[in-house]
Formats: sequence, structure tokens, C-alpha cells
Amino acid sequence: MSKLLEIRGLRARIANGREVLKGIDLDVAAGEVHAIMGPNGAGKSTLSSVLAGKPGYEVTGGTVRYLGQDLLAMPADERAREGVFLAFQYPVEIPGVNNMYFLRAALNAGRRQRGQAELDAQQFLKAVRDRLKLLDIGDDLLRRAVNVGFSGGEKKRNEIFQMAMLEPKLAILDETDSGLDIDALRAVSDGVNRLRDPARAIVMITHYQRLLDYIVPDRVHVLADGRIVASGDKTFAAELERTGYAYLGDAA
Amino acid sequence: MSDSATANRPASNAPSTGLLEGIVQAEGYKYGFTTDVETEDAPPGLNEDTVRFISAKKGEPAWLLEWRLKAFRRWQTMAPPDWAKLDIAPIDYQAASYYSAPKAASGPKSLDEVDPELLKTYEKLGIPLGERAALAGVAVDAVFDSVSVATTFKDKLADLGIIFCSFGEAVREHPELVRRYLGSVVPQGDNFFAALNSAVFSDGSFVYVPAGIRCPMELSTYFRINAAKTGQFERTLLIADKGAYVSYLEGCTAPQRDENQLHAAVVELVALEDAEIKYATVQNWYPGDENGKGGIYNFVTKRGACRGARSKISWAQVETGSAITWKYPSCLLEGEGSTGAFYSVAITNNRQQADTGTKMIHIGRDTSSTVISKGISAGRGQNTYRGQVKVLSNADGARNYTQCDSLLIGKRCGAHTVPYIDVRHPGAKVEHEATTSKISEDQMFYCQQRGLTAEDALSLIVNGFCKEVLNELPMEFAVEAQKLLAVSLEGSVG
Ligand SMILES: Nc1ncnc2c1ncn2[C@@H]1O[C@H](COP(=O)(O)OP(=O)(O)OP(=O)(O)O)[C@@H](O)[C@H]1O
Ligand SMILES: [Mg+2]
Repeated sequence: MSKLLEIRGLRARIANGREVLKGIDLDVAAGEVHAIMGPNGAGKSTLSSVLAGKPGYEVTGGTVRYLGQDLLAMPADERAREGVFLAFQYPVEIPGVNNMYFLRAALNAGRRQRGQAELDAQQFLKAVRDRLKLLDIGDDLLRRAVNVGFSGGEKKRNEIFQMAMLEPKLAILDETDSGLDIDALRAVSDGVNRLRDPARAIVMITHYQRLLDYIVPDRVHVLADGRIVASGDKTFAAELERTGYAYLGDAA
Repeated sequence: MSDSATANRPASNAPSTGLLEGIVQAEGYKYGFTTDVETEDAPPGLNEDTVRFISAKKGEPAWLLEWRLKAFRRWQTMAPPDWAKLDIAPIDYQAASYYSAPKAASGPKSLDEVDPELLKTYEKLGIPLGERAALAGVAVDAVFDSVSVATTFKDKLADLGIIFCSFGEAVREHPELVRRYLGSVVPQGDNFFAALNSAVFSDGSFVYVPAGIRCPMELSTYFRINAAKTGQFERTLLIADKGAYVSYLEGCTAPQRDENQLHAAVVELVALEDAEIKYATVQNWYPGDENGKGGIYNFVTKRGACRGARSKISWAQVETGSAITWKYPSCLLEGEGSTGAFYSVAITNNRQQADTGTKMIHIGRDTSSTVISKGISAGRGQNTYRGQVKVLSNADGARNYTQCDSLLIGKRCGAHTVPYIDVRHPGAKVEHEATTSKISEDQMFYCQQRGLTAEDALSLIVNGFCKEVLNELPMEFAVEAQKLLAVSLEGSVG
């Protein structure tokens, strides 16, 4: 199967600061779900930020190919329009900007890039309703300003809803399960499962094995101190849960 | 709110494409064209003869000439205000011409009689005239330089007894109303620019809504400074009689020129018992280029008097243009239980300077006022909110709430908030809140990660910041305002 994402020897540092990614190698094929685990401060969010093109990081080595293109050469907004989606660990509030308005602007930006006609208000509303149904979530958050005053769980649900609307080819979920109660975790997981697609790759960053009980990954990786130090199949996570990361430190 | 506008307004917060379209279409200052029309101008210079010339040209009655001359003599004794935060080159008042009228425009009765060149100009400005006006439910009194050239919907309004015409026409047709109210809110000697306007005002709009009448449509005037080197001095007088309601929209554009042009208007509003006036302005006069060359000096005196009990006046303004803006739409809350409001968005980019705010003067009992000001500074723009809340000793139960938010984009711009609070009644309740924030990089990245360009992201965030004010504008204006905000901020993200 063709590789959707190919990361080779990726090194990056915080602008004018220390190196955080110290040579990452990772291949993700379309249709696959990968989980990335690892200790706090290991560089997981930094990896997702670098892939999404967040300013403030400097790539010092390596390459990233996305659908055969040089991902790192593209500006952040173009990456997004080309199908790279990041569900934020800490979704950002945008006061005064209606959630629906925001989403429609985003959706149409992507459609323009792909040469598709923009959705008018009615088509857009239909798409919204379809996704709400698919994810089994209410429309209560749609009328509010983007993430403003949302609870932690609501913010995460909203991220997944955006993902469902934008239909990315590569979705990176950064700790989307953190801070969710049991019911919300199940709801969000069900949503992500429904968004699994042969044409879509999903990379989930998580600290918890239990997420992987709901969303069963094809591969599990451990990122420690800026490198992927171990990888395995879905059973690997359970093993990690028992042993912790410490022994990997010795292995690495 | 007129029926037509209500019908046009999408349900609750339904999304509209206006914002994004505006950015896509934006090509700098797109109103910077000039129109070739033969004009009749006064020779440059300002003296009593100039005042007489203007008055004679307009065929004014003797009382009005006397009124002008009195103002002129007063003006000669006055000095320009000294600008707290403004950096302004001295203006040579003798270099400008104080009267310019399109030659053929001595009173067209219908749109067919209007110079086609003018109509083209309005078309470019996007003004809905004629049929388009009918569809949009907007009556337009288009002021081209000094003479009002086309007034639509007059008949329909006349059926209700509403008078909506040029100021010149009002002087001829309704002298008693003009004489009663002219200068009753902004006295001739109020300030340097008001005195100048009183002496040389050219034309403007006049509105009278009789007792008990709700004006069924938004009234709209587009001002346009066309001729080079002419100052424009409009005079607007709007009276809502007892229990009347009117919503008035004012939009402004001007051609792009290297010289600075002076715009010194006076707007007077009078609300009698139980009357309500909403006055909205979208101002995008030419701001000058990125080095501060050219642009309009916008020195305007706007004031409304809530004369009657329970009367209401609200000002909503979006100020995106002009090299220098100096303007404090104000409310005199005289009537018991009267209410004043001021909603403002002021944006400065490049070398623009804005010193704007409001004055809420609480005179009567149980008067209340609300001030929401959003200042946005980008480039080297300087934005000052200057607001006065004054509560006089008889104003039992007076209340004011003021909220001033400033947003900075970049490191070279400035925002300043200067509240003057003068309370002479111990029971008055005056609240003032002020915030200053920067556009956060996290917000920008979040939007860009969803596919929006940096420009779109910025404009979205800025529009969100201004939401409470944009909500106060009639729908058509809100869409235009969003586009203008986007255009004004062009080039402010790197
Ligand atoms: N913009 C930044 N400025 C300063 N330090 C940063 C920045 N981004 C990341 N770091 C540092 O880089 C290291 C890796 O951070 P990162 O957020 O990638 O870790 P993580 O693996 O996602 O951790 P967690 O599991 O706690 O979310 C940390 O030491 C963090 O403090
Ligand atoms: Mg993290």
C-alpha cells in the first residue's frame, strides 16, 4: 500500500532553543490508524505541530513526504487545505466568531483549493446535520463562538466534529481523549471509528491504553526524548501499560 | 428596524459569505477613482465674500446668510483644537475651495435627468439607486460634492408625512423646521470645525419624521468627495417627533489623491418624547498611502439630543478610513428616562490616526447610556478612545456602562484609552471597563490549520472582536463593514 506519510530522520528545535525532535522515522499508510505514546515532554505535540506547520519551530534535518509532496515546504494553511488536520491538545477560543461560520469558511477554503464549488448555506447545513447524526452529537455547540466557554470535553468533541466536516486525508489527534469522562470517551471514540476510511490515515497521540480499547490501532509507537524508540502492533500498548516506559529507556 | 431589513437578516447567527468574498475581492482602496463632470467652483479662499457667494449660489433666505456670517465671525476668533494624540500638519484654510457643484445638476426630478457619469460613479460605489433601491428597501439621498443630485423614495415617504431631502431643499420647502432646529444641538461656536461648517456648509441631508410614525425603511445617504481640493462640509439635521422611529445609514468614500482633503461635517439629531433614532455610519474615506501621503482629514461633530422623556438615540460607527479622524458622536440625555448608546469600531493601519469616542451627558433623571468601543491598530496606526461621561447634579438614577477594548496587530501601532468621568450626582452608577489585547499567534494558527489564509484568519478574528458592534448595524451595512475591515487590514500580516 502507498505511504500517505513518510517521515525520515526528522529533527526540529524550538526556534532559537533546544532540539526536541531528534530524528523521527515514521511511515503511515492510507487506511491505517497509528497510536503514539510516550512520556510527558517527549516531543509528541511538537511532532504534530511541526507536521501541521505551526510557527515557532525550526526543522534542522530530515524530510516529510505527504502524498508524495514535500510537506515541510508548504505553508500551514495549504497543508490544511491539502487534507492535513490537527485536533489540538488545547483547542483555541475565538471570541465573537460563530462556530458554524468558522467551519463553513474553513470548509470552503479547502473546496476552493480542490477546485470544487463552495457550499451554499443550505448545502452546508445539510452536511452539518449529516455529520451530527454520524457522530451522534447535539447541535448545541454550533451556535456559540468557536470554543468560547466550552468545557474540556466539549472542545474535544468539537475538534472531532470539525474533522468529520473537513474530511482530512491525514488526521493527527493530540490527546483528544484527555479530560474526557467515560461516556464522552466512548462517544468521541465511536465518532473517530466512523471516520476511519481506506483513504484516510489517523495518528493518535495518547497516554492511555483505554483509548486503544475503543479505537484499535494498526501500529503503536513510543516516542521518548525526541525519537521513536519502540513500535509494535495493538498488543504492544497493553504491554506498555504493564511495564511503563522505563525499561525502554534502557533499550534505547 | 424596517420590515425589509428584518426579512433580509438571516436567522440568528447563520453564516454569511460576505466576509470571505470581501477579502477575495479586495484590491486595495477600490473607491479611488475620480469622475469627470463639469463643476462650478468657488475660487479658493475663505472670507465673508466666500460665505455670501455660497449662500447666494444656494438662493438662501436672509436669515440663513446672517446665521452663516455670525458663525464665520465666531470662527475667526477661534483656534483649532490642540491634538492630544494626533500628529497633524497645519491646515491652510485659505488654500481650499469651499463650493463645488456639478454644473448640470440644478435639480433633477428623476433618475433619468441625472448625469450618467454620476450614476456610473454611484454604481461603482455599489449604491442601490432606482430599482435596486426599491429591492433593497433603501431610500438614497446621494450627495455628490455639494449638491444633492438624486433622491429616491421621496413620494412613498411623503405619504407618511416623512420629509427626507437635501438640506438645501429643506431650507426652501420647510424653513420653519430648519430654523427651529438648526444649531439647537451643536451651537455655532461649539468648536472650531463646527463653527467653520456653520459658516460654509454646502449641502447635506434633512429628515423629519412626524409624531407617531415609524419610518418603514432605512434612510441612507452616501457622501462622496469628488472634486480635488474642495473641502466638504455637510450638514445633517434629523428630527424624530414624539413617538417616531427612524434608522439612518450614512456611508462615505472619497477618491484617492495625494493632497489631504478636509471633511468637516456637522450632524444634529433631535429625539422628542418616546422617539427613537438609530444612526449608523460606515466611513472609509481615503486613508492616504502606506507612508501617510494624502488622505482625508475627517473632523466631524455629531451630536444627538434626547429632548423628550424616554427618547432613545444610538450611534453605531465603523471607522476604517481617513488619514485623521476626529469625532465624538454624543448624546445629550435631557428627557427623563432617555437612553443613549454608542457602538464604535475604529481601525487604523499604516499611518492612520484616529481620535474618537463619545460624550454622554446625563442631564435628566433616570437616564442611561451604553458605550461599546472597539479600537484596532495595525501598522503604525494610532488609535485613541476619548470618552466623556458627565452626570449633572439633577440626574437622579443616572447609569452608564462603558466598555473599551483595544486590539493590537504588530508592534509599531498604538492604542490609548482616555476616559473623562465627571459625576456630580452621588447616586450615579458609572462603570468603565477597558482591555487591550494582541492577536494571539495561537488563534492565527488554529484558523490556518483549518485552511484559512493568514489574511482570512486575521479578518475573522478581528470581525469576532468587533461582533458586539457589528451586531448593531443594519444587515447590509454589517456585511459592508466586514469587507471594509478586511480591506483595511491588508498587508498587516507578514
Ligand atoms: N513553543 C515552545 N516553547 C518552549 N518550549 C517548548 C515549546 N514547544 C515544546 N517545548 C518543549 O519541548 C518539549 C516537548 O514538548 P511537547 O509538547 O512536544 O511534549 P509532549 O510529548 O507533547 O508532552 P505531553 O505528553 O506532556 O503533552 C517540552 O520540554 C516542552 O516544554
Ligand atoms: Mg503534548
